[in-house]
Amino acid sequence: MSDSSANSYWKANIRLVLSLLFVWFFISFGCGILFVDALDTIRFGGFKLGFWIAQQGSIFVFVALIIIYIRAMDKLDDKYNLDSSSEKDSAASQESSK
Amino acid sequence: MSVQIWTYLFVALSFSLYIGIAIWSRAGSTKEFYVAGGGVPPLANGMATAADWMSAASFISMAGLISFLGRDGTFYLMGWTGGYVLLALLLAPYLRKFGKFTVPDFIGDRYYSQTARLIAVFCAISVSFVYVCGQMQGAGIVFSRFLEVDFTTGVLIGMAIVFFYAVLGGMKGITYTQVAQYCVLIFAFMVPAIFISIMMTDQPIPQIGFGSELTEAYGGGYLLDRLDGLSEQLGFATYTEGQRSTQDVFFITAALMFGTAGLPHVIIRFFTVPNVRDARKSAGYALVFIAILYTTAPAVAAFARTNLINTVSNAEYEMVPEWFSKWENTGLITFDDKNNDGIIQYVGDPATNELNVNRDIMVLANPEIAELPNWVVALVVAGALAAALSTAAGLLLVISTSVAHDMMKRTFMPNISEKQELAYARISIFVAVLISGYYGINAPAYVAQVVAFAFGLAAASFFPAIVLGIFQKRMNKEGAIAGMIVGFTFTAAYIIYFKIINPAADTADNWLFGISPEGIGSLGTVANLLVALAVAKFTPEPPAEVQEIVENIRLPGEAIPR
Repeated sequence: MSDSSANSYWKANIRLVLSLLFVWFFISFGCGILFVDALDTIRFGGFKLGFWIAQQGSIFVFVALIIIYIRAMDKLDDKYNLDSSSEKDSAASQESSK
Repeated sequence: MSVQIWTYLFVALSFSLYIGIAIWSRAGSTKEFYVAGGGVPPLANGMATAADWMSAASFISMAGLISFLGRDGTFYLMGWTGGYVLLALLLAPYLRKFGKFTVPDFIGDRYYSQTARLIAVFCAISVSFVYVCGQMQGAGIVFSRFLEVDFTTGVLIGMAIVFFYAVLGGMKGITYTQVAQYCVLIFAFMVPAIFISIMMTDQPIPQIGFGSELTEAYGGGYLLDRLDGLSEQLGFATYTEGQRSTQDVFFITAALMFGTAGLPHVIIRFFTVPNVRDARKSAGYALVFIAILYTTAPAVAAFARTNLINTVSNAEYEMVPEWFSKWENTGLITFDDKNNDGIIQYVGDPATNELNVNRDIMVLANPEIAELPNWVVALVVAGALAAALSTAAGLLLVISTSVAHDMMKRTFMPNISEKQELAYARISIFVAVLISGYYGINAPAYVAQVVAFAFGLAAASFFPAIVLGIFQKRMNKEGAIAGMIVGFTFTAAYIIYFKIINPAADTADNWLFGISPEGIGSLGTVANLLVALAVAKFTPEPPAEVQEIVENIRLPGEAIPR
C-alpha cells in the first residue's frame, strides 16, 4: 500500500470517527445532561423524553453508533484492500517467537 | 424447597461449571496465559468482555443506586456504556493491531521508555487493586446474606474460587469461564426483571414496562408518575428530576466514560481476538451484551423503589415479611422506631425517618420484596457471584501480567525463560488474591463508589496516553510521562483529600468547579492531555522507528512497505 493511499485511508477513518463522536456527544452530554430539562417537557407514553434519553435512549444510540462504525470500517478496509482477516496475527506471533 | 437449598444448588452448579471449564482450558504457554493464544472468536470475546466488565457494581449495586438517585443515576448508565463508543472507535482496533500482551507493553514501546512502562505498570496495578477490592466486597455481601456464612468467610470462599481458575487457566481459562458467567448473570438479571415487569405492568419487556401503566392491583397510572407522586408525598426528591448540579453530572459521566475506555482489564480483552476486524466486531458484541443489562437496570430501579415504598411505608413492624428481618440481621436494613408506634415511617426527612436501607441490597432483595418464587431469588445470588468473580478474575490477570510480563520479563529480568515467567505470573495472582481479599474484608464505602474511583484513576492516566499515542504521531515520551504523572497524581490527591484526609469537607461548596471526587477523573484527563501536548511541543520528536510503529498500527492488515 502506497503512502498516499495510506494517508487517504487514515483521513477517511478520522472523518468517520469524528462524525460518530459528534453524535455520541450530542446525545449523551447534550440531550442526556445539558438539555434534559427542556426535553422533559415532551412526553411519550409514561416517559419524559429527556429522562428516557438519559436512562435508556442514549444506550441504544451507543449500540447503533458502534454497529455503524463496524460496517463502515469493513467497507473502508475492502475499498483499500486492507483485509486484516487474511493475515493472522503477525505482530503477536513475532513477539512470541522472539 | 427453601431459598437456602435453591441457593446452594445454583451456586454449587455454577461453580462446578466454572471449575470444569478452568480444567478443560489450562494454559500451557505465556501467550495462552496472557491473551488466550490470540484465537478467541469475536462473539465469545464480546460475551467475555461483557462479563469482565459487568462487575458486582453493575449487577448488585447499580440498579440500587439508581433507585435512590433517580434521574441523577444516569451518570452510571451513560458513563459505563458510552465509554464503549470511545473504546471501539479510538482504542480497540489499534491496540489489537499493535498486538502485544498488555497496556504497559503499548505505553513502553510506543513511548520508547522503561520509565513510561513502569509508570503504566504502577497505574495498572493501582487501578486494578482498587477495583478488585470492590468485587471481593460484593462477593462477601452475597455470601453473608444468602449462604448465611459470615462476611469474612464469604470473601474467603470467593477468593478461593477465583484463585483456582485464574491461576490454572490464565486468560484462556478466564475467557471461557467469563462466557459462562455472562450467560449466568444475564439470565439471573433478566428473569426477575421480567417477572416483576409482568406483575406490575402486564408488560413482559422491562424496558417497555418502565414507561407503562401499573396494573389495577398496583393502583393504575404510569409507573414513573406514580413513583414521582409517592416520592413527593413522603418527602423524597422527585424521581425523574435531577438533584445534583448539571456540571457535576456532566463531569462524573465523562470520568466514567474515559475510565471505561482506559481500564486495562477491558483493553486487554481486545488482544485476545485474531485480528483487527474481529477486535472491532467484538467491541460491538460487547456493548450489545452490556446494553441488555444496562437498559433493564433503570427499569429494575424504578420497580424496586416503588415496591419497597409500597411494602414498608406505614407497615406495622410486627407484620413485615421475612426478608426484612433477614436483611436486618446483616445490618444492611435498620429500623429505629423513633415515635414508638410500631409502624415504619419511611420518609425523606431524616429527623422522623425510621428506616435505613443499604443501596447495595436493592437488586438482591428485589425478588423477595416482589414475592417471586424461591428459585428466582437463588438465581439472582448465582448471578451476582458470577458478576463479581468474572470481573475479579480479569483484574487479577492484569495485576499478574503487569508483574510477570511488564516488570520481570520486559524490565528487570529479560533473560528469564517462558516457564519462569509463567511461574511468576501464577505467583503474582496468588499474592494479588490475598491482598485484595484483605482489602475486600476491610474496605470502606459502597461497592459502586469504590469502583467509581478506579475509573477516575484509569481515565486520568491511561486514556489520554493511549489516544495520543495513536492519533498524535508527534507525541513523545517526555509529554506522555509528564501527562500520566500529572493526571494520576491530581486525581488521586483530590480523591484522597476528600474521602480519607478530610471527609467533612466533602460538600459541593468546597469542590473544585463544583465537581465531586467521583467526577474529578475527567478534569484529570484534561490535565493529562494538556500537559502532554505542551511538554511534547518543547521536547524532541520521537525517533523514526517509533513514528513508523504509529503509521503501522493505523492500518489494519499487512504492514506498510518501509
